Amino acid sequence: MLELALKGSKRYYGWIAFLLVLIGIGSTALVDQWINGLTITGMSRDVSWGFYISQFTYLVGLAASGVMIVLPNYFHSYKTNKHMVIFGEFMAIAACIMCLLFIVVDIGQPTRMMNMIFHPTPNSILFWDMIVLNGYLFLNLLVGWTCLQADRQHLPHPQWLKPFIYISIIWAFSIHTVTAFLYQGLPGRHYWLTAILAARFLASAFCSGPAILLLVMMITEKFTSFKMAKNAISTLVKIIAYAMCVNMFFFALEIFTSFYSNIPGHMHPILYLFEHASSGLVTLMWTFIAFAAISITLLVTPRFRNNYKLLPWTLGILIVATWIDKGLGLLIGGFNPTPFETITSYWPTGKELMVSMMVYAIGALVVTVLFKIATEVKAEVGHSQKLDCGCSSEDTCECAPEEAPAEA
Amino acid sequence: MKNSRRTFIKLAGIAAAGLAVAPKKVLASSGGHSPVKVNATASHAKHWAMVIDTTKLHTAEAIDELAKVCHHIHNVPSIEGKKEVKWLWHDTYGHSFPEQENPHLAEEVHERVFPLLCNHCENPPCVRVCPTKATFQRPDGIVAMDYHRCIGCRYCMAGCPYGSRSFNWGDPRLNLDMANLNPEFPTRMRGVVEKCNFCVERLAVGKQPACVEASNGAMFFGDLKDPDSEVRKVLREKFTIRRKPSAGTEPSVYYII
Ligand code: SF4
Ligand code: SF4
Ligand code: SF4
Repeated sequence: MLELALKGSKRYYGWIAFLLVLIGIGSTALVDQWINGLTITGMSRDVSWGFYISQFTYLVGLAASGVMIVLPNYFHSYKTNKHMVIFGEFMAIAACIMCLLFIVVDIGQPTRMMNMIFHPTPNSILFWDMIVLNGYLFLNLLVGWTCLQADRQHLPHPQWLKPFIYISIIWAFSIHTVTAFLYQGLPGRHYWLTAILAARFLASAFCSGPAILLLVMMITEKFTSFKMAKNAISTLVKIIAYAMCVNMFFFALEIFTSFYSNIPGHMHPILYLFEHASSGLVTLMWTFIAFAAISITLLVTPRFRNNYKLLPWTLGILIVATWIDKGLGLLIGGFNPTPFETITSYWPTGKELMVSMMVYAIGALVVTVLFKIATEVKAEVGHSQKLDCGCSSEDTCECAPEEAPAEA
Repeated sequence: MKNSRRTFIKLAGIAAAGLAVAPKKVLASSGGHSPVKVNATASHAKHWAMVIDTTKLHTAEAIDELAKVCHHIHNVPSIEGKKEVKWLWHDTYGHSFPEQENPHLAEEVHERVFPLLCNHCENPPCVRVCPTKATFQRPDGIVAMDYHRCIGCRYCMAGCPYGSRSFNWGDPRLNLDMANLNPEFPTRMRGVVEKCNFCVERLAVGKQPACVEASNGAMFFGDLKDPDSEVRKVLREKFTIRRKPSAGTEPSVYYII
């Protein structure tokens, strides 16, 4: 099926070329890092993890979120999602690859990476994180590819695949839980040392991940003949709405526990992030709160939720909010105050951002290629194609495109 | 804890028995060299520990002097700023014992500075989190590092509640006085973590840790499990505290206040 990725329009090739240029530019910074070491980053003795690991953390959420489409389909026989499943799985593949790359660029001795396998250390959560991430990557490759191939040949999905699909659904929860354990089990890091961290991770993943997927799918619709079924979108948006509410509720629980108990260790990181940090970071953290509030308002109000013109903006706002919270604040708040109750500020350097851009561009490339293959196959077999009226061939088309769906 | 130590001793016993019955094989397999022998003068302990008398050792100058000795014999690079590498250093009371701070502390104590180093915890989180066993605990309690195995993931730095570890962000040799190296201790390469090793290389030849030796009697070092050892004697006689008891790591470095 890979050949499907090779034939494409000028625009497709232009986009691929653009990504390759980004990767090329980013890799110059990576070469610099190989020559000079991690000195080129803004990390320090006190803030020993930085932008790379925080991006890794955020993207594990994206990988896990694919399950929000897969699960209703297989566990609840919610067939409306059926033709979206493959995109969730392919997105998870790209996210896993980015996660692994962020780990590789972060470690000081990448040539010794295999030591994790030669000297397996089950008491280290990082060991388990490696296992679950690679396992999840493998499961999604296997399931996604096999299903798509069967679709292409107009065959039913093979029976032997079923167990792998069910395992992959459970596995999705494990990858984000284990990643949370990476942080959650450390003494002396008050912002992380909370039992609700794993739950927060999952909640945040299940709103931000589907939001990213939905945005990417909207772009896919623009450039291909693929069209999401309206019901599938509205289900996904509801999932996003619930997950975001739960996410912010959990955050509020943290705030209550910290401030009502009045325990300094628990209050300090929050006070630092929202009050004492550099003005840039404080502004960002308040932006997170504001954006979270806006996105929740827009998502829980049926009129706004079902406005598909507004939806991309709602999703964008939600993604920014969750990214600031989990992709930045979580890490900086965990390291500050330092074990000496002092503050060591951290901000990624330009080179760090360039390397990260490279990894993101690689991820985008993987997504592009995989989505290209998937949409080509869907077009070949006539699944979820766009009708003249603008609906998907999976909708029970009554063609009143501007009207909001009756059920809200 | 006790169990693992016992199994270790058992295993060591079996290995020793194996060596005794099959010396020829071992000789052959080790390429004709004699098997590793323990230095006859090496000091041994069930659990090494350190006591620091901060009534005697509490000025920045005095502590920096010790740090200089330690950093020189261990080829620790000197780097200014946030990316510094340090094995032994000084800090204020509030920073050293943040949980035991109080606003009306005796002024004299508040003005002291305290020598800080790796605590060689009995229950070390840095060992727990290390994915390669590059950080490991020796049977004598010392938390040691294998610089050749470390992949530089810096998980141990996030795990240590005492900020006792440093990372070589760049090539440490660029910040070493290459003309003035200690040839008996290896330098590190970039991308690995390092920290105080309780001077294992000195214990192995029967010497005390360098900082203890240079401290003019303000630091004590010995076997915590031996009731007659000097450290136990001092611990019995003086009031001591440890850093961040709430972290549950059981530090092996005690401070006389
Ligand atoms: S002080 Fe830190 S580095 Fe040293 S043993 Fe304890 S946890 Fe590990
Ligand atoms: S940086 Fe090295 S010593 Fe520290 S946890 Fe990673 S592999 Fe272990
Ligand atoms: S015990 Fe040895 S390595 Fe540790 S601080 Fe003292 S001199 Fe340095």
